[in-house]
Amino acid sequence: MSVLLQATDISFGYDGLLVLQQVTVAIERGDFLGLLGPNGSGKTTLLKVLAGMLRPDRGQVRLHGRPLSGLTRGEIARQLAVVPQETRLAFEYTVLEIVLMGRHPHLRTFELEGPTDLAAAREALAATGTSALEDRPFNTLSGGEKQRVIIASALVQSADLLLLDEPTASLDLRYQLEIGSLLAVLNRDRNVTVVLSTHDLNFAASLCRRLVLLRGGRVLESGETRVVLTREAIRRLYDVNADVSFHERAGHLTVVPIGVTPDAERATPRGGGLLASGAGAPDAREDA
Amino acid sequence: MAVFWRLGLGPQTHEKMPNIRSRLALTLAVFGASALAACVLAPLVGSTPLSLRRVFDRSIPFQDNVDAQIFFVARLPRVLAAALVGSTLAAAGVVFQALLRNPLATPFTLGVSAGAALGAMVAITFGVDFAVGTLPTVPIASFAGALGAVAIVYAMARARHHGFSTNVLLLAGVTLNSFFSALILFVQYLADFTQTFRTVRWLMGDLDVGSYTPILAAVPFAALSFAAFATLPRSLNVLTLGPEAALARGIEVVSTQRLAFFSASLATGAAVSLGGPVGFIGIVVPHLVRLLVGSDHRLVLPASALFGAAFLIACDVGARTLMAPTEIPVGVITALIGGPFFLWLLIKRS
Repeated sequence: MSVLLQATDISFGYDGLLVLQQVTVAIERGDFLGLLGPNGSGKTTLLKVLAGMLRPDRGQVRLHGRPLSGLTRGEIARQLAVVPQETRLAFEYTVLEIVLMGRHPHLRTFELEGPTDLAAAREALAATGTSALEDRPFNTLSGGEKQRVIIASALVQSADLLLLDEPTASLDLRYQLEIGSLLAVLNRDRNVTVVLSTHDLNFAASLCRRLVLLRGGRVLESGETRVVLTREAIRRLYDVNADVSFHERAGHLTVVPIGVTPDAERATPRGGGLLASGAGAPDAREDA
Repeated sequence: MAVFWRLGLGPQTHEKMPNIRSRLALTLAVFGASALAACVLAPLVGSTPLSLRRVFDRSIPFQDNVDAQIFFVARLPRVLAAALVGSTLAAAGVVFQALLRNPLATPFTLGVSAGAALGAMVAITFGVDFAVGTLPTVPIASFAGALGAVAIVYAMARARHHGFSTNVLLLAGVTLNSFFSALILFVQYLADFTQTFRTVRWLMGDLDVGSYTPILAAVPFAALSFAAFATLPRSLNVLTLGPEAALARGIEVVSTQRLAFFSASLATGAAVSLGGPVGFIGIVVPHLVRLLVGSDHRLVLPASALFGAAFLIACDVGARTLMAPTEIPVGVITALIGGPFFLWLLIKRS
């Protein structure tokens, strides 16, 4: 497989505070990559660096072999689309208008959308199962519907790489499953390369072929999901004891958190004992 | 409203609506006709009735044609001033609302108007004279004050942020507004009775420009702003999704925000220096237009520019005729309409 996006030795900081340190990630065509890590580990920052929204202090990101810093925003947007955690509108737009905004990088300054753009928008709506919503005001949609529409707006950019920042963060279980299956279909049937960050280990385990584990701005581990997602890795990543097993019916690894490790609990005595004091206590003792 | 839906001006939908090209053409035609009608008909309204046929009767020499003299010398400059001020303030309102992602923003939110008012106050109170040709001092001073305010707000937005923070822009603008208001009060305190009357009258907005000279002086700045506005609408649509979403869709966010800020500020400065700080145009007109055409800035921006002209011309006709022979300052009329409208918007949004 050819490398689509390559980040090499990336370091980035906000006002002198290092958020990413010497991070190297290679994303291949057709890949489905998950970024995992605790809050503040640098997942969102890494996604922004990969999308060219933030310029790294050190290192380089190359898209199709060309440095991102040498590309215009339009050139990047034609090859790479981003789906944020949540989209809030200041004005009322219909779903179709939102999706058509994704055609912006393909239009010249004074150009108006033509039949080709409208056809691309309708195709993206169909691919995300939102065709029936196209006349609806975006602000009247549910969280899951909004996220699907934003994914449609990203698809209509005709980019072959999709970066998603915690796409299911504010969604209930059903919508999480819907978004998950949509991403799987896009990756399998349309060969869209997907990179997503998430806190949901089971969501990542069910979808991602490869994982990058980030902690403190550094890559703790990376590789195939079935190899990387282990009890030991979760403990090192989150200071949490968990059971990891293959679920026959689901067809993927599943993670059941048991409790915060005693070391972490000692470090944060305020509320860390909730899980450890319940069903997970024996396991926590065993680990100690 | 239903008429507009039938005309196809409402938000884009696939069955009942034609495509963006025909919607844009229809929008320009409908709102352009309203602006043109206002420009032609408004000069006919006043204490002395005029005949349009007589106004354009070339068989009567101009010095003998009273109708033409009233039309071209007394009323048309005022109507054109109203058109220019209404158009620029409404368009600037649209751009500021998109830039700040806040539908309640106005052209005066960022302190441009307060800067212009301070400039005018200083010129009136201290009798500073830097008239250029036949262009009087006050418009020049107010324009300089507007540009000064723009420069301060921009410098603050840049200083606190690596790129261009619209949050800092908003805070700096609101703070500068208060600070300039304090300075205005201080300058007013130093003024005598006549100067105070002149400054208060200027603050109420006055379109009785007296000649074409101030209009011609404002036109290049307004034209420059509109040239920039013409490149912005689709980018403004995407910018309203937020800066990161806009970046992801290929917008050069900082340069677009900068262009929007400077062009809208320049338009506001030109408008205020011509007609004084005529309030509420920049919020009433864009919202009325959005009710009719939806939120797409490719329709909202030109429609607001055209409807803003028609709206302020109509307000000024009211100002001239409602209590004739006494004239009401046009800013009072727009505030009487705009105040309740603004409250209605707040209630609607909450």
